[in-house]
Amino acid sequence: MTWALRDSWTVTLRDLGHWRRQPWDVLIGLAFPILLLLMFGFLLGGAIDVPGGYIEFLFPGMLAVTMAFGLESTMTAVSQDVQRGVTDRFRSLPMSRGAVLLGRSTADMLASVVGLAVLLVAGLVIGWRIHEGIGNALAAVALLLLLRFAFLWVGIYLGLVFRGQGGVMAVQILVWPFVFLSNAFVPISTMPGWLETLSAWNPVTATVAATRELFGNPTVAASGWASENVVLLAVVWPVVLSAVFATLAVRRWAHLGR
Amino acid sequence: MAIRATGLTRRYGETTVLDGLDLSVEPGTVHGLLGPNGAGKTTAVRILSTLLDPHGGTASVAGYDVVTQSAQVRRHLGLVGQHAAVDEILGGRDNLVMFGRLSHLGTRQARHRADELLEQFDLLDAADRSVSTYSGGMRRRLDLAAGLVLDPTVLLLDEPTTGLDPGGRREVWQAVRALVAGGTAVLLTTQYLEEVDQLASQVTVLNHGRVAAEGTPDALKASIGQDRLDVVVRDEADLPAAQTALRAVAGDTEVDLDGRRVTATVTDRVAALTHVVRTLDDAGIVVDDVILRRPTLDEVFLHLTGSTKEAS
Repeated sequence: MTWALRDSWTVTLRDLGHWRRQPWDVLIGLAFPILLLLMFGFLLGGAIDVPGGYIEFLFPGMLAVTMAFGLESTMTAVSQDVQRGVTDRFRSLPMSRGAVLLGRSTADMLASVVGLAVLLVAGLVIGWRIHEGIGNALAAVALLLLLRFAFLWVGIYLGLVFRGQGGVMAVQILVWPFVFLSNAFVPISTMPGWLETLSAWNPVTATVAATRELFGNPTVAASGWASENVVLLAVVWPVVLSAVFATLAVRRWAHLGR
Repeated sequence: MAIRATGLTRRYGETTVLDGLDLSVEPGTVHGLLGPNGAGKTTAVRILSTLLDPHGGTASVAGYDVVTQSAQVRRHLGLVGQHAAVDEILGGRDNLVMFGRLSHLGTRQARHRADELLEQFDLLDAADRSVSTYSGGMRRRLDLAAGLVLDPTVLLLDEPTTGLDPGGRREVWQAVRALVAGGTAVLLTTQYLEEVDQLASQVTVLNHGRVAAEGTPDALKASIGQDRLDVVVRDEADLPAAQTALRAVAGDTEVDLDGRRVTATVTDRVAALTHVVRTLDDAGIVVDDVILRRPTLDEVFLHLTGSTKEAS
């Protein structure tokens, strides 16, 4: 067990080494969600009328979307290692079996904690506020990281399955309609009926709605079981996704030699 | 035996890529695994390095079974695959320290081993530069160093000189010779006859996943025979005359109409060349090219298997 932890930490340190070597990549990664936030908040936001103000409405959505986008970076890192033979080298070493995946998830979670902190500061700067106390705010942050954790395992699994550049590109494109099919940018009650139902059940929607409640930011009431149990869904969805995709990823990893 | 394989078989879907490979490699020797692309060389290496399960047969590395004792195998094995499998962003030293730690050396030990290897492979100057700035030869050397972190008793080298310039190739050869002198057993896959010639004491030739020939490089060369003499004539109509001239000094001749070329296997190189040039000159046949050369790998396979190599 201690070897498993030490090996995982060594794999994590590798990613931290990347931050030190390529600070610009890190900065661009941090700047991208801030750019999106400014674009939606100030360029499109003027045309979107939400009670309580669009920035306050948008910001929790932006946080959850950033967590969901994390899927891409995880998948890219995993599939690059497979393509370049680094995964093979790891597998030929006498290291602990689970360490590569555990180290990858630790590194990506650390990156997300940093990214989330930077984004929260940016939000405060442009006028977003916490209204329901620090305890609820921390619960909201926990839900966001839980969502990131779920998408992390989706990313690892996809990275192990689709090894070519094409697979990564397809996921990078498909992630956009996926996050837009939610309440992150607009109230889902403005969507056509069937899209509204689909969006109500999107895991991103549950996390966004729950974090809006916990931060005390404006919510727009929607009907239906999914919309009335957002906090429950914001826990259940990521836990189920994590369980399913971590199992698939670990099985895939163990069977790479089959 | 450092490596022993019996009847090793592996399929991908319907295709059998490795079909009953038998192999034994003694400590302190280089065993060449020679074959064209798609012959099954990499598959064999992947099975021996525990990356891939065999579908039939058994194999042991350093005395441990690659399937049932894979953890012990990994402790005695160094793998250098076809890609430079190192982290591109980190520096050379960071890479080696990471692989050392993952091989369960202590942190200080891992650093010490990294420095030793950097010096051995002449990478000290570039040790802290990002690998993305390395030349192809430097990457290969770092990759080789990464495979040696644990001072393995068995080293698997999968086409270690593919894509290297002659200088880089010689560097790798020197490193391999030094290792073998220290008692390491090396299994080396390659497409180059010359490489086997330079390094290996035993050779197994693979074709379509099957063993086509095995023995010492000298025995192999003797079996695939003599040098080739090519004559390219300017006028296609002269081909029969050129063939007759070659027949006088060689056993087999072969005519390639499109290339206006006659190829013959020759034993006495100089005598054959002089005779052919004189005869053709006397007959007033205009010749575009005369080439005296070693057999190509294609011809080796033609000879060994009686079938032409398929494009892979």
